[in-house]
Amino acid sequence: MTTFAFALLFAASVFGYAWNRQAASSLRNDGQRLHSLSGFHGLYSFLCVSIPVFVLILVWLVFQGSVIDWLVTAPIAPENYATLETGPKQLVLAEIKSIAGGRIFGTPEDWKLAAAERLIQLRTMSAWLLLAAVFALAVTQVLRARRRVDADFRARQGAERMILGLIQFCAIFAVFVTVGIVFSLTFETIKFFRMVPPLEFLFGLNWEPQIPIRADQIAGAGAFGWLPVIVGTMVITVIAILVAVPTGLLTAIYLNEFASSRARAIIKPILEILSGIPTIVYGFFAVLVVAPAMRQFGADLGIAISPNTALAAGSVMGVMLIPFISSFADDALSAVPQSLRDGALALGATRGETMLSVLFPAAIPGIVGGVLLAVSRAIGETMIVVMAAGLIANMTLNPLDSVTTVTVQIVTLLIGDTSFDNPKTLAAFALGMMLFLVTLVINIFALRIVRKYREIYD
Amino acid sequence: MNDMTKVERDLNMSDAKIEARGVNLHYGTNHALKDVSIEIADRTVTSFIGPSGCGKSSFLRCLNRMNDTIDICRVTGQIMLDGQDINAASVDPVQLRAQIGMVFQKPNPFPKSIYDNVAYGPKIHGLAKSKADMDAIVEKALRRAAIWDEVKDRLHEPGTGLSGGQQQRLCIARAIATEPEVLLMDEPCSALDPIATAQVEELIDELRRDYAVVIVTHSMQQAARVSQKTAFFHLGHLVEFGDTGRLFTTPNDPRTESYLTGRIG
Repeated sequence: MTTFAFALLFAASVFGYAWNRQAASSLRNDGQRLHSLSGFHGLYSFLCVSIPVFVLILVWLVFQGSVIDWLVTAPIAPENYATLETGPKQLVLAEIKSIAGGRIFGTPEDWKLAAAERLIQLRTMSAWLLLAAVFALAVTQVLRARRRVDADFRARQGAERMILGLIQFCAIFAVFVTVGIVFSLTFETIKFFRMVPPLEFLFGLNWEPQIPIRADQIAGAGAFGWLPVIVGTMVITVIAILVAVPTGLLTAIYLNEFASSRARAIIKPILEILSGIPTIVYGFFAVLVVAPAMRQFGADLGIAISPNTALAAGSVMGVMLIPFISSFADDALSAVPQSLRDGALALGATRGETMLSVLFPAAIPGIVGGVLLAVSRAIGETMIVVMAAGLIANMTLNPLDSVTTVTVQIVTLLIGDTSFDNPKTLAAFALGMMLFLVTLVINIFALRIVRKYREIYD
Repeated sequence: MNDMTKVERDLNMSDAKIEARGVNLHYGTNHALKDVSIEIADRTVTSFIGPSGCGKSSFLRCLNRMNDTIDICRVTGQIMLDGQDINAASVDPVQLRAQIGMVFQKPNPFPKSIYDNVAYGPKIHGLAKSKADMDAIVEKALRRAAIWDEVKDRLHEPGTGLSGGQQQRLCIARAIATEPEVLLMDEPCSALDPIATAQVEELIDELRRDYAVVIVTHSMQQAARVSQKTAFFHLGHLVEFGDTGRLFTTPNDPRTESYLTGRIG
């Protein structure tokens, strides 16, 4: 039925477009001078119909669920529903819905069957009502837009205003989502800090979140000091950057200045494929290939290397970041004007000297920006470290040890039983908040560096 | 139009700095230069004129092998600098370009300080033994480019902060700091206003004392003002080459005459 509603929306919009356009054209053919071109009259009608009808459908779909629930449960005897707590209420409702869907377990009470019957009726009615409402609104809007077609009507301005509104809405949408995410993070983080003192979280050296969620569980006492976790993140990030930055930069320099067009045509697409590999694939590459190889290598040298190491996870993450860095640096180097290149070459500089002393300094802002973006990606990267880094929060800087990261801990905290009145679950939000703050600071720093250098070179 | 005395000119004529024979240039399938032969004299300003796309800039770029950097460009024929073929396998284009300086159409100072811009060439070629040496080289180059007085108090500010005319003279200073033997100028005044143009032209006349100067220009008046020799290019052919005064007053080729009188171009 929703599909029909959308089909109706589409048909009405297209019809409105054609009708208005045709009307405007015939006015023009009668010799009138129209303010707007016929196409704009059509577009005006199209937008007049499609935007309100679309909003109507969306609002309907958002609210119909809760309205129907309310109508279904209202006639149920209070002792069976209204007086219950939230949890059992939801169970009753879910049972009614599964009965309505034809999945009947055991022998439900009669009032539940009656409610399911009501639910089916209400759903059908809602769908028809939606179609009727869409039809009514679409017809009204088509007629209203058609009535406005005359020589003086400024259809172009009208259409432009609506399109402006549309693109403004899109821009604001992203802002709203961001603000919403930050708010929910902040809210849960504050709840967490009511249970765990902020000082203990920020400066504690132990991370043992395995505390019981239910009273009958057997688990540890718990400790929520985030330092070992963030240190693990930093160790892995540093390793990743040490791998990615030199390799990526030199790749970019080679491709940009020294590679023949043939080599470039082969290497560039391959790098792009590398950046398209899902991180989970890198993850099992790290855990199944790199980590065992390192362990074997260590064993041959007589060094004990744990099966999950920061080095394996970090270096594979570095490989993942190579195309990221190299494409940023390549863009930055290509953006340096050809005239600078020519100027240096004409002075008798070699290509290497040109690269080092002219192109590279001029491209630094772009390169630094790319590197810092890569750093925030490395900090936020989850899948590789979940698979390859380990779960135990060791406070160590040794890359051959097993470490854990902020993202890994968030994953493990939220897997399995969760409960929003327990610090174990809420700790995930606190970690998320800290991660958000760290990457935010790095991004601001990146932007500032780029701006600062841009003033000098330009 | 030509203020050189007869004696002076004869003296220069015997002294060919660059000699090109049968130069052909292709950009892919496009035959851009057709069998160009020319002798460029030392201590003389030679100008290349002709309509857009006639090959004059391409030929200029052959002289210091800047066309090497363009993948699809292919040059055949012989270009001799002091009797040595510059396209020979034994010649290092990097060293060749240190001998033959070049100034471009658009001022292209590096995003470095004024001082570092001028010091760049001497530094990479190891011309200065000490900091004081380098200071002297930079000052000399800036003085000869007639820009010293304007920049001496701000040598460590970025060269990109100068005005267009100053930037172009800075680029000339940068080119002559490496002590080249030939100076190639590719429409050096096309981005400049009349005053800056006059300054650069005066400078070109100065530079003639020490260098062979080759200048590509769109302005026939400029060619007449600054050069002793003029070559007219048309559709990839070197149509006519001779003393500037003679070429502008009594051209031999009808195409030259048409161009000079504005019928082609």
